[in-house]
Amino acid sequence: MKQPTAVKLHMHHINKLFGGVHALKDVDFTVHGGEIHALLGANGAGKSTLMKILSGAYQADGGAIRLNEQTITVASPADAKAAGIHCVYQEVDTALVPSLTVCENILLDRKPKGKGLRWLRWNAMYQEAEAILREIGYEIPVREKAENLTLSEKQIVLIARAVSQQAKCVIFDEPTAPLSLEEAERLFRVMNRLKADGVACIFISHRLPEIMTVCDRVTVMRDGCHVWTKSTAELQITHIVEAMLGKTFQEENPKVAANIGETLLEVRGVRQGTKVRGVDFQVRSGEVVGIVGLVGAGKTELSRLLFGADTMEEGEIVLGGRTVRLREPRDAVRAGIVLVPEERRKEGILIDESIRTNLTLPILKHFTAGGFIRRNEEKEHARSMIGDLGVKTPHEEAAVGYLSGGNQQKVVIGKWLATEADVFLFDEPTKGVDIGAKRDIFTLIGKLAQAGKGIVYLSCEIAEIIGISDRVLVMCDGRIVKELTGSEVTSENILLYASGGESHEEK
Amino acid sequence: MKKNKVLDFSYKYGAIFVIIAVIIFFSIVNPNFLTYDNITDILRYISIVTLVAIGVTFSLIVDGFDLSVGSTVSLTTVVTASLMVWYQLPLPLVILIPILLGAIVGLVNAWLIVKIRIPDLLATLSMLYIVAGLHKTYTQGFSIYNNMPMPDGSTAQGILGEGFLWIGQGKLLGVPVPVIIMLVAVVAVHVFLAYTRGGRLLYITGGNQEAARLSGISIYKVRTVAYVLSGVFAALAGIIFTARVGSGQVDAGSPLLMEAVAAAFVGFSVFGAGKPNVIGTFLGAFLIGILVNGLTMLNLPYYAFDIIKGAVLVFALSMTYLHMHRRKS
Repeated sequence: MKQPTAVKLHMHHINKLFGGVHALKDVDFTVHGGEIHALLGANGAGKSTLMKILSGAYQADGGAIRLNEQTITVASPADAKAAGIHCVYQEVDTALVPSLTVCENILLDRKPKGKGLRWLRWNAMYQEAEAILREIGYEIPVREKAENLTLSEKQIVLIARAVSQQAKCVIFDEPTAPLSLEEAERLFRVMNRLKADGVACIFISHRLPEIMTVCDRVTVMRDGCHVWTKSTAELQITHIVEAMLGKTFQEENPKVAANIGETLLEVRGVRQGTKVRGVDFQVRSGEVVGIVGLVGAGKTELSRLLFGADTMEEGEIVLGGRTVRLREPRDAVRAGIVLVPEERRKEGILIDESIRTNLTLPILKHFTAGGFIRRNEEKEHARSMIGDLGVKTPHEEAAVGYLSGGNQQKVVIGKWLATEADVFLFDEPTKGVDIGAKRDIFTLIGKLAQAGKGIVYLSCEIAEIIGISDRVLVMCDGRIVKELTGSEVTSENILLYASGGESHEEK
Repeated sequence: MKKNKVLDFSYKYGAIFVIIAVIIFFSIVNPNFLTYDNITDILRYISIVTLVAIGVTFSLIVDGFDLSVGSTVSLTTVVTASLMVWYQLPLPLVILIPILLGAIVGLVNAWLIVKIRIPDLLATLSMLYIVAGLHKTYTQGFSIYNNMPMPDGSTAQGILGEGFLWIGQGKLLGVPVPVIIMLVAVVAVHVFLAYTRGGRLLYITGGNQEAARLSGISIYKVRTVAYVLSGVFAALAGIIFTARVGSGQVDAGSPLLMEAVAAAFVGFSVFGAGKPNVIGTFLGAFLIGILVNGLTMLNLPYYAFDIIKGAVLVFALSMTYLHMHRRKS
């Protein structure tokens, strides 16, 4: 698989518009064969969009892609593969056929050759698959079914598939996020093999320490623009963090002062699988605790455990001095813990039902006499809620599915307001929410804090966390790695700890 | 745009138009079709199907399916008859025990589906065979009738009493009793579904189980209730069936499954509800009733009826799914 000539892939003045939003502005990006090139940026910086254009999933609105000084057209993922550009996606399962063997998955894209009846030459295929795996220095039984592999092995199968097709460029889209340290180390060895064979490797990761050790060069993107490309040797983590955040980075502080009282919720040693690995923290009345972490740090999993949506393996939840056992969300609601979930349309609301039905769902008993729903009282409650929350809708009978994301989120929050819960968990509540509604949601959270509720705000949006929290807990790899208060709460600190910076150095 | 309007209109009122068209057609071909006696006949015929279909409707509302209702009818039919013929139990027990049996079948279904997490179709398909096997084993394959000979050579002492037969054959103010029971059931279930908390929870759970669960609803309980109600309504149908024919026929319920499912799916589209509802289910059963009745009058062979019933089901399903996919896109 030696490359005869050095590969040079150049993305030239790439532009991309989504609706009216300029997602990529004149981005230049060059990667050479035989290097591992990190592509970095905060959420929404445009790195995924850029890579989707390179791999054919999106079309650029302007600019050109040049491979060895020749302009190529990448109109589909098939075009990209034909040009030798392959992608190892984060969701490996979408690219694998679980019921087929490792061998078949590696050789999946291969077109049958020859004429007439084409027998599958199994032995030759197994040998070839083994040879490819050996080439990248990894051993997986080729007759094993893909569904029985670990996540990291599945990634290797995808890499092997790329190698089997003489890949010139391989994009690694956050492959290490779900991996353990040893698994990541093994992946890096494979990447180095590819590099030695002259393949251009593009590596996307949020873990800065591993980038410093693995990558040759780093490109940072921010707000759809290319910031700089530098060699890793002349860089320190802090430089990268600064470039990712930018100097202009400021968000107006939506924090409302509330009196912080005694402890409401105490979480002790909560643990579940590999995603939540022993979490302890406390929330006091009137306090907004921000839990911040990168995508995949275990925030959603933690919030679901605290709400009883999943069952914890170990740990204890103490609410108002009493240990509560949560087998189902119903138990949590009764005890006084409620969750505004991340997947709003799937988990938060019933999109086909009316605003009224959604708003009164958890408190339907209040409007029921002898089993019958008192429709008028229910309507009245819905109307006053709609007014309080500022939901923009013609009337309370409109289906929630027709509302904008922000208004849907208000309905989700609104359904819990009347339950008199003590602790509100918010999991990425501003995802897909416009700025106006975002401000309304922050105001609502502020009011809840003033009313003496305890708030847990989980998000990967660092600016929001800084703006809203009284105290910030940084989560990384299923653990709370750092508590930040007062002047320590800075974007730099959060990003440093969230990307495993400090803990890595301690080891 | 215009095509959409036509589709919307046909979806909303299609089922109603089909019913009216079928009525007009049969009343032209056969002058006896629109007589009071014949309409009463049709209603009496569909009273049992409607009860079974109400059960299926409950399972559909929670986004499930109950294929075992036909077998439950068979089981409760022979049990009801045997309680009188073999054991000469008093009337209240004769009615209560089959209803409990229906509830138990529903509980087992719910346990398999909710706890063990077997997909609803497969779980209730298995139960279809288990319950069918149970009812034949119970009667050793024989139907149960008054003073039947017993395996040991003696004669059974009991008969199906007058009071019991009245349930299936009697009249109240000129209206057959089973028709009254059916209408009461339809109205009561409609009120339950539309105006009570229980009905709301059934629909919510069926609409989006995860969202319902994360809103603090005990979806396991709600789904269990739906399957139990399905079993209970099948049992009611079984009791009335026994009273109507005056004996406990083996395999009485198996043809009912198909009709009940067709009725419930026709019901989806009545007035464009787009979800299972009991008024629609009733009209669906009515459509099947008039078709069977009218075709009988035309002297069509009875074994050809399944073709018609199947076609009705396919038509109803087409309407529902065409509409659903269009709404999604």
